[in-house]
Amino acid sequence: MPAIFTPKVVTANALLEGDVVYLTEADTWSRTLQEAEVLTDEADAQIRLIDASSRTGEVVGVYLADVTPDQNGPKPAHFREAFRMSGPSNYPHGKQSEAL
Amino acid sequence: MYRYTDFDAAFVAERNAQFRAQVERRIDGSLTEDEFKPLRLMNGLYLQLHAYMLRVAVPYGTLSSAQMRQLAYIAERWDKGYGHFTTRQNIQFNWPTLRDVPDMLDALAEVQMHAIQTSGNTIRNVTADHFAGAAADEIADPRPVAELIRQWSTDHPEFQFLPRKFKIAVTGSPNDRAVTKAHDIGLRMVRNEVGEPGFEVIVGGGLGRTPMIGKVVRDFLPEADLLPYLEAVVSVWNLLGRRDNKYKSRIKITVHEHGIDDIRARVEERFALLRPAFTGVDQQLYAQIKSDFEAPAFADRDTAPFDQAYANDPVFRSWADTNLSAHRAPGHAIAQISLKAHGATPGDATADQMRVMADLAEWFGHDELRVSHEQNIVLPHVHKADLPAVHAALKDAGLATANIGRISDIIACPGMDYCALATARSIPIAQEIATRFDQLKLENEVGDLKIKISGCINACGHHHVGHIGILGLDRAGVENYQITLGGDHTETAAIGQRTGPGFSADEIVPAIERIVDTYLSERDSADEAFIDTFARVGMTPFKTALYGESERKQKAA
Repeated sequence: MPAIFTPKVVTANALLEGDVVYLTEADTWSRTLQEAEVLTDEADAQIRLIDASSRTGEVVGVYLADVTPDQNGPKPAHFREAFRMSGPSNYPHGKQSEAL
Repeated sequence: MYRYTDFDAAFVAERNAQFRAQVERRIDGSLTEDEFKPLRLMNGLYLQLHAYMLRVAVPYGTLSSAQMRQLAYIAERWDKGYGHFTTRQNIQFNWPTLRDVPDMLDALAEVQMHAIQTSGNTIRNVTADHFAGAAADEIADPRPVAELIRQWSTDHPEFQFLPRKFKIAVTGSPNDRAVTKAHDIGLRMVRNEVGEPGFEVIVGGGLGRTPMIGKVVRDFLPEADLLPYLEAVVSVWNLLGRRDNKYKSRIKITVHEHGIDDIRARVEERFALLRPAFTGVDQQLYAQIKSDFEAPAFADRDTAPFDQAYANDPVFRSWADTNLSAHRAPGHAIAQISLKAHGATPGDATADQMRVMADLAEWFGHDELRVSHEQNIVLPHVHKADLPAVHAALKDAGLATANIGRISDIIACPGMDYCALATARSIPIAQEIATRFDQLKLENEVGDLKIKISGCINACGHHHVGHIGILGLDRAGVENYQITLGGDHTETAAIGQRTGPGFSADEIVPAIERIVDTYLSERDSADEAFIDTFARVGMTPFKTALYGESERKQKAA
């Protein structure tokens, strides 16, 4: 039996600002994880990753990150992604300041 | 201090213009990221977790007040109002945007600074004793040597594509404050039996995944042979170094695999070939550089204001006891400014704080500042009479924390709060430990104790050589912290020993507290420092305190 596929989002850093961004269903880049497209099929995820990786004029370092789907949108599955989503813990200098 | 020659200024300006054009070509799509990345790294620009990061070289940790003020300006103009001083005596800006970086580099060039070779597989910024030129125990000022090496290594055509990065540290004092034994090359300035100046050359030290204490490859190298000898070492490694495996590519592995005797023989052979090519121009240059580092004229003044403040002001006294070190000139002191206020981020300074430190250096410190690898700032030359005024100004700026060398004077790498390589956070752990021991009011009782924290195995936080080292790892998706004890960063360098299984983020501060409690109950007197108690009693009581008697016995069985 194949291993169960962990849902994923396509994520990267914006070329100009370096901000963490996520790929949406509409093929735009969002700063908010909740707006990311959740990929539940491995083949789909690979194709979305390949397509997103070709957008080198917009983003850097594209990869698939594990998420846990939730009624309010995807949640990070790993603490590294949680920090990328919210910003550093020592100052409100990252995304957490934008949420204020 | 060294001043750029016309050649230096033109070189930096040209590099900056090139990088500006490279950034434009990346933005307009003519360069791919794969093409651009090595170019940006050559100019100190990383992409971290949340943003770009610009690492600016502070050569051998020395800054003038004008340079420090410019760093403050850059922090305010293009960053978020602060900078992070690193364990390699550099400063990092955590939030630049790609478009702004060329302007930041131009602003740095205005004060003779740059970010060249602060990244990539090159010879990195040369570090030196942060008390250079000031320490009472110094044989000679290591900074002219470091500057000579910088000029030789900058854009050295043979050494732009090394197997891996290469770090050199220099000390001019028998008490090693530059961690020379944990560098690819460590240089100790010594004199031979007839009193001629030279170097003990240590090679193959390093921390990271495979920590190694450096080995002596030449016990006395005459001063004039320095550059050809360094060139021989680096070129031997450049050929032998493991380009096939990033984890085995540093010279420490090359030395380990081939043995120091084999490396020494190869280096000597290569040196014999290279030596004649150095016709003495380097020594003329060295003589010129040395004159740039002439000691300032130290005034002979009454130290009464210091004595008075010391006698009457307990806050000043406590600061003086921890943050001052012996200066070579009578009536003077080396004053360390702690960037480790309890609960603050180790190594961070705001733009306002940078300006205060710059002012103090200008008014009271012969215009000099140093960045220490312990992530503090040093005023190397202050007359004792001026120290009460210095202390008062520092207090107003939140910079008068009296904790140098204490348990809260923690080295911490940026960890997963910023770094893309990190496996766990380090800053919050440092903040919590410092806050906890401040609450307990135990710092002075505990005395000299170095905690060093890294957020991944690469060991930027020097955890292997901390008296207590903490290494943050990812264990099955949870932050986990391993502890090592007995590390030593000085001339008696040693790698700490692991205590056993790691601790969760919630458990690590109580675990450190148990270690400190054990030390306090085991030490033979208040004069026995943590590291000495550990050497005497060994790991056992600390293991018992951390894991309990039964677990220890089970493991032993």
